[in-house]
Amino acid sequence: MSTTKYLFSGFGGQGILFIGKFVAYKGLIEDKQVSWLPSYGPEMRGGTASCSVIVSDSQVGSPIVSNPDVLVAMNLPSLDRFESSVVPGGSVYYDSSLIEREVARKDVKAVGVPATRLASENGFPTLANMILLGKILADRGEFTEEGIRAALGKVISARHADMLEVNLRAMQLGANYN
Amino acid sequence: MVVFKKPHALSDVPLHYCPGCTHGIVHRLVAEVIDELGIEGKTIGIAPVGCSVMAYNYFECDMIEAAHGRAPAVATGVKRANPDNIVFTYQGDGDLASIGTAETVHSAARNENITVIFINNAIYGMTGGQMAPTSLPGQVTQTSPYGRDVNLCGYPVKICEMLAQLDGPEYLERVTVNNVKQIKNAKRAIKKAFQNQIDGKGFSLIEVISSCPTNWGMTPQAALKWIDEKMIPYYPLGVYKDRSAEKKEDEQ
Amino acid sequence: MEKKVLMKGNEAIAEAAIRAGCRHYFGYPITPQTEIAAYMAKRMPKIGGTFLQAESEIAAINMVYGVASAGLRVMTSSSSPGVSLKGEGLSYLAGADLPALVVNVQRGGPGLGGIQPSQSDYFQATRGAGHGDFHMIVLAPASVQEMAELTVKAFDLADKYRMTSMLLADGTMGQMMEPVALDDLKINPMPEKPWATTGTKMERKRNIINSLSLVPEELEQFNFARYEKYAEIERTEARAEEYRMEDAEIAVAAFGIASRVSRNAVDAAREMGIKVGLIRPITLWPFPVDPFKRSLSTVKKYISVELNMGQMIEDVRLATECRRPVTLCNRAGGMIPTPEQVLEAIKAAANGGEQ
Repeated sequence: MSTTKYLFSGFGGQGILFIGKFVAYKGLIEDKQVSWLPSYGPEMRGGTASCSVIVSDSQVGSPIVSNPDVLVAMNLPSLDRFESSVVPGGSVYYDSSLIEREVARKDVKAVGVPATRLASENGFPTLANMILLGKILADRGEFTEEGIRAALGKVISARHADMLEVNLRAMQLGANYN
Repeated sequence: MVVFKKPHALSDVPLHYCPGCTHGIVHRLVAEVIDELGIEGKTIGIAPVGCSVMAYNYFECDMIEAAHGRAPAVATGVKRANPDNIVFTYQGDGDLASIGTAETVHSAARNENITVIFINNAIYGMTGGQMAPTSLPGQVTQTSPYGRDVNLCGYPVKICEMLAQLDGPEYLERVTVNNVKQIKNAKRAIKKAFQNQIDGKGFSLIEVISSCPTNWGMTPQAALKWIDEKMIPYYPLGVYKDRSAEKKEDEQ
Repeated sequence: MEKKVLMKGNEAIAEAAIRAGCRHYFGYPITPQTEIAAYMAKRMPKIGGTFLQAESEIAAINMVYGVASAGLRVMTSSSSPGVSLKGEGLSYLAGADLPALVVNVQRGGPGLGGIQPSQSDYFQATRGAGHGDFHMIVLAPASVQEMAELTVKAFDLADKYRMTSMLLADGTMGQMMEPVALDDLKINPMPEKPWATTGTKMERKRNIINSLSLVPEELEQFNFARYEKYAEIERTEARAEEYRMEDAEIAVAAFGIASRVSRNAVDAAREMGIKVGLIRPITLWPFPVDPFKRSLSTVKKYISVELNMGQMIEDVRLATECRRPVTLCNRAGGMIPTPEQVLEAIKAAANGGEQ
């Protein structure tokens, strides 16, 4: 029986809700119990957005993640706000091209990926979120092209099906980042 | 030979209206029109709150009693549910022009394909003669005992003029029923308002300047005269909007 | 295997309503339920239905009244301040014995309040939705799957008893996504409605939809008859989920999102050896009295977990006839209790019990 609680956070427009949805769908495809809960309200229009995702072998109780196993922070206000909430032994993934400080906690695994810089250098400036996500999945041993294609197929609407390959490339870039 | 009989669409029950009240005349005109158009079997009437609250007992077609002012919203629901039904509301001035102003304006703006019969007698009758949104400046009522002071309670609402500013409504006409000639004219207007709906043209409202001798404190005859002397100068009769006619003119 | 999709709770309500045969939706935008309107706006024109953004919540509920009079399945949705505006219409629907579905995705109040999740309209839903003696059937989903299932159930119950069903959710339930198996929804055919105002076709006597009754002796009889119906509903339609209640000495009572939080706390407390269970009302009216009565044989203390200042707690006290202490564990104004907070309340009850 295992349960992983994710908290994704960043500016509205960075694709925070989208990577949350990806993780939820990936869990669903793998027959896990999942929940996805966005913060809602004025913050979705430019402020800090966050989203709770739970992937579990058993029924999900509260869908609210107040102490994440995995925190994804794509801007400084998010890291400032949520760093202390991560469970001891948990991990913090952050965009080191937007966040200049280090993670202060010593009891969590801190992984900085210059996702925004990598995204623009590689010609997909809006996919920093997918780069970070690729890194997380690789670290967790969950990066299989087949599984990722299946989940991408769920979260990318048919209308934007041509975006699948570039998303996959961004994720591979993140997965291979050291 | 039968020279005069009750329209089929009018129920065979005594109306509760006061002597000299013109509601009875307008009920009869609506019922005659329903008969003549042969639509009783598919007509749904919506009764208001106010003196005509019991109109649901007076028409033989299916009837719905609505909350105060909400008849056009209820009519919208009925018409959207069954567009083949002919749906009319029958509302007074407090109902249509005060508490239900939003429903009136927006059903007109949407050009809902319904027929609205609007009884304007410048007073709240059912509750015993209070000031209506259409009470005239200076008019004495129970809640304007010194006469309607426009500085304190504003000016009357002129529904036809107001709705005519909207692009939505198909047909707006103000009529009265204080003499035989006017009654015949009112029937023509009401018939057109139903025919418009049958033809799918949209929102038609007929404002009928009516009398309330009881609450105006007048004899029925004096009340009919008061319509000519006081009401009509403030609320001029006539067609305020006829989109189909305007369209025809444009084409010519 | 059933096909599951991830859906927001609000969208699940909308899709389930369509599958239940609802083809008329009227509403007015208000956070956090607007996804329902947006979903309907997209789908209804494609299936020959009506989506209409009304000029107000008042107009919307009266449009509902019109479609219900015509005998078709119809719904509106809103959030707390908007539901207050619908109060007039809810009373008229009750007085005219019309079936309809009203969804309240609650937010914190009173007044304009906030937009974050709340359960502070419990009293309004179960006691005071409008003037006069009446009830609505009130269903409280606790998952996105239940948002869909209870929407279908709400239409069935509304038609069966000719009354309004309310789905009482909250911002969390509306906004969260969970897997939903829509194809598993059991859709029953709508019953005949010979009372509907669809036109006499000159073949029957007119139908009248009405809530006016000026003769008090008659109006009293209407109320008596309606309350006989309510009594039957109380006997037959109350529903609750009981979780780990078999030997429970402490019982947590919670519905909707509060029950999800409480479930975590109950599990954690059980791991610590505390005999605690959860009673989750699924129907708030009728309130599921039986599971509470039965629980009196083992339970010594009750904790009502709510996102308000203590509303359902009154029904818990009534259901247990005040024979045991009932304490409140709550947050309000858009805040949500944490499992830790509920666990502390359980531990306090357990410790107090030893003294």
